[in-house]
Amino acid sequence: MRRYSMFAVAREAARFHAGWERAWRSPEPKKRYDVIVVGAGGHGLATAYYLGKVHGITNVAVIEKGWLGGGNTGRNTTIIRSNYLQDPSAAIYDKALKLYEDLSQDLNYNVMFSPRGLLMLAQSEHEIRGYKRTVYANNLQGVETRWIEPAEVKDLVPILNIEGPRYPVLGALLQERGGTARHDAVAWGYARGCSNMGMDIIQQCEVTGVRTEGGKVVGVDTTKGAIDCGKLAIVVAGHSSVLAEMAGFRLPIESMALQAWVSEPIKPTIDVVVMANLVHGYMSQSDKGELVIGGGTDGFNNYTQRGSWHHVEETTRALVETFPIISRLKMLRQWGGIVDMTGDRSPIISKTPVENIFVDCGWGTGGFKAIPGSGWAMAELVAKGEPGPLAADFGLNRFREGRFIDESVAAGVAH
Amino acid sequence: MLTLQCPYCGVTVEETELAPGGEAHLKRFGPGSSDDDFEAYMFARKNPKGVHFERWRHAYGCGKWFLAARCTATLEVFGTYPAQTTEPPADLIAKIKEKRPTWEGYK
Repeated sequence: MRRYSMFAVAREAARFHAGWERAWRSPEPKKRYDVIVVGAGGHGLATAYYLGKVHGITNVAVIEKGWLGGGNTGRNTTIIRSNYLQDPSAAIYDKALKLYEDLSQDLNYNVMFSPRGLLMLAQSEHEIRGYKRTVYANNLQGVETRWIEPAEVKDLVPILNIEGPRYPVLGALLQERGGTARHDAVAWGYARGCSNMGMDIIQQCEVTGVRTEGGKVVGVDTTKGAIDCGKLAIVVAGHSSVLAEMAGFRLPIESMALQAWVSEPIKPTIDVVVMANLVHGYMSQSDKGELVIGGGTDGFNNYTQRGSWHHVEETTRALVETFPIISRLKMLRQWGGIVDMTGDRSPIISKTPVENIFVDCGWGTGGFKAIPGSGWAMAELVAKGEPGPLAADFGLNRFREGRFIDESVAAGVAH
Repeated sequence: MLTLQCPYCGVTVEETELAPGGEAHLKRFGPGSSDDDFEAYMFARKNPKGVHFERWRHAYGCGKWFLAARCTATLEVFGTYPAQTTEPPADLIAKIKEKRPTWEGYK
């Protein structure tokens, strides 16, 4: 692989850009791999990347039924933050944030990480208390966040109506290190890194069955034939229950649709990420100038990547009251993704009832921000067979033992 | 937009009038049951891609719980029925099998 650099750009400019090579190979599957990762989204590719980089395991295939980064990695609102209430959450999300901070250098691929700052608006008395509590918890965890008063909120986001009759802004939790990154580039950068280590990324290859012998995984059946493996990592977000069913166990997960939409591009108007959890809405401005808006999930099981219209309507209606200047913007596109929701709204990074099958799922509505940390923790679990300190609290056994990492109450719905 | 017929009122309503309630026909395990049974009852879910039986409440209508058979891969609704039953009615199962010949049946 040729490194990307200023000199490479100059060299290619001098020869009509004829020398750029493909960022990753598209090989046919081999007969056997030490590790198969199912799902070439951000989490799956990051798992494979850190398996190679940190643990030296490179006989790895990442198989994907669609195209690389085409699921939730390409459908989220690209928000990155680590201001979680519970200690295990703060640890893994802050690990992810720290990895994001120099991910572009690490991958030699510009993921356009933009730590522009992130605000969570308090619009009710309960939220004031909740976010102040989170700030105190974050300070104890070593995660820098602070509480700011309405005047400072208005200063940071001039287009915000802080005195609205229905949704007044009473203050906000600010994480200055939070922000956004280019979601596709995260998947592409990891894919390029994996391919460069000799790993095979096999797209358009759907897993149709999981083969086990004596309670131990031996391989998978796919639309490109059977592939043997030593270990199997299931990192498929919305389809986790489908893969678990093939392997013969059930997960505490329900798959639901979550939607996002973008406006027509406008000039720069908002240079932080704003989350308004009271109304289930969050908004930031992309580099193209579009306002990127996310809403809440539907309440029923769904695999169609289409959500219910009324969520778009409710969120937009509330955001128009909070940001009056967006009222005349046209919305350009709307889409949905299938998120894997757990009861405590925390992820699962765990061993499973089948030996050598590991799952990384349950990231629900907030997986993008966690990609590097999730991959790091999952790679450690797959390589060693036992969870490391980051993943230890996120095992499946927490449901049996009643050790929930309850972010559903702590964070509201929008993660 | 999802529309379901309330089996009590007989009216067809859209989802903003309804509250979803998750998987139907869960077998309840309480105190004295094994850890496995209790954990499965509380947390493990089928979450199928395809035919799914689920609970809904006609929240802004009669307020009663009812059950629905729906395809999670297409959003097609096969039918609804009152909640006072431990398994789906036979005629509904026959109707689903007709529409989904490869469906392995209710289990």
